[in-house]
Amino acid sequence: MGVIALSWADILLSALPLTVLAALFAWLRLGLSRTMLIGAVRTFVQLAMVGVVLKGVFQNAHPVWTVSFSMVMLAAGTWEVSRRQHRHFAAGWTIGFAVLGLFTAGFTVTVFALLALVGVKPWWSPQYAIPLLGMILGNTMTGIALGMDTLTQNAWKQRAVIENRLALGQTASEAVEEIRRESVRIAMTPIINSLAICGVVSLPGMMTGQILSGSDPLAAVRYQMMIMYLIATGAGFGSLLTVQLCSRRLFDGRERLRLDRLAE
Amino acid sequence: MIAFEVKMLKYGGYGPVSFTMRAGERIGVTGPSGCGKTRLLRALADLDPWQGEIRLEGYGAESVRASTWRKRVAYLPSESQWWFDCVGSHFTNSPDADDMHALGLASDVLSWPVSRLSSGEKQRLGLLRTLANNRPAVLLLDEPTAHLDAERTRAYESLVTRRCADGMMAVWVTHDPEQLQRVTTRGYRMVAQGVWKEAVSWA
Repeated sequence: MGVIALSWADILLSALPLTVLAALFAWLRLGLSRTMLIGAVRTFVQLAMVGVVLKGVFQNAHPVWTVSFSMVMLAAGTWEVSRRQHRHFAAGWTIGFAVLGLFTAGFTVTVFALLALVGVKPWWSPQYAIPLLGMILGNTMTGIALGMDTLTQNAWKQRAVIENRLALGQTASEAVEEIRRESVRIAMTPIINSLAICGVVSLPGMMTGQILSGSDPLAAVRYQMMIMYLIATGAGFGSLLTVQLCSRRLFDGRERLRLDRLAE
Repeated sequence: MIAFEVKMLKYGGYGPVSFTMRAGERIGVTGPSGCGKTRLLRALADLDPWQGEIRLEGYGAESVRASTWRKRVAYLPSESQWWFDCVGSHFTNSPDADDMHALGLASDVLSWPVSRLSSGEKQRLGLLRTLANNRPAVLLLDEPTAHLDAERTRAYESLVTRRCADGMMAVWVTHDPEQLQRVTTRGYRMVAQGVWKEAVSWA
């Protein structure tokens, strides 16, 4: 049993109500039509490209292609983390921390899932490795981006407090302890919320996809459970690691707060 | 005997500054706004990068951990910061009851919420907190009595002076020449960009 395939004509038809909406938005002068339509075109082009590439990668299954695709995802995730920062560490440290966090947490969790849980042979099979990595990396990226941004923004705003704490003889680690904790909490909030409401308020996209393509709902649900645990793990370890690295970078060897290392 | 020694100290484009202090000494630093007085105190507490030599009782600042140095050479900023809800949570050592009384603070002030404090109370509690938590050898005071009336200012000054009688050293940064006259034994006047001159008289 397979999914009922949609033709390209169906896709055009599915976009028709959206163009009506865009026309309505324009008539109401909401200033949304243009960006919405550009977004819709981007969705089409980007997904079409990914589809073509994935088709090629699946047909010519080889570790080199899986690794290359993973590296592109890692680069895109890093860029997205960097784009979401209000303040950057000078000299490329933000990029470095993002790569390290995404790679360490995202890739470890994915490889664990492929080897220990899914058990597909070979373990790098693109059909499993790429979608799993995509979901885990996407959520790890959100966690890292939120954690880093909260940390650097709060350190900037609370400079006087941090320095007063240092002046009272606290170590750098003690002086930013509350900010560090808050950053990890903020980073984990979306994923913890989705753990709590998953299946009640919304049906996760991956599970819906599997059900649509004819999988047994219980098999789809088990996959979704695994995914939820993996993405929470990735986001958690990724944000912990990057928040820790960033908070160290905020201070120098003499435990002085060095906000001069941050640029807008 | 020299207890605190600063030699050819340069910090953030200011200096060089050199001076020495004996145990119990109180010195004043004055000068126009922007001449680097606050930055000098921050550098002495190792809160800002600096070059040169700073020694306390013979030991260089780099020879101990920064947090240990800052406990001994304690910077008291002009606006004290309070980050917990309750005043008492900011004290790692309980303050001396006589000090509290001398500063005219209510005996139950430690159980107050921070939101209840006036700026004058924050300033006096800032001194109390640094004396209790740091037990400093050198106290670096940055415009410490800006929010206090004459009576509270005198009480503040005499508490610091009493501590200095027991061997603590104090560096007062202030614009008020009368205060320098009252609380310091000698001092320095800074002119533009941290050029450093021994002041004979504060008047």
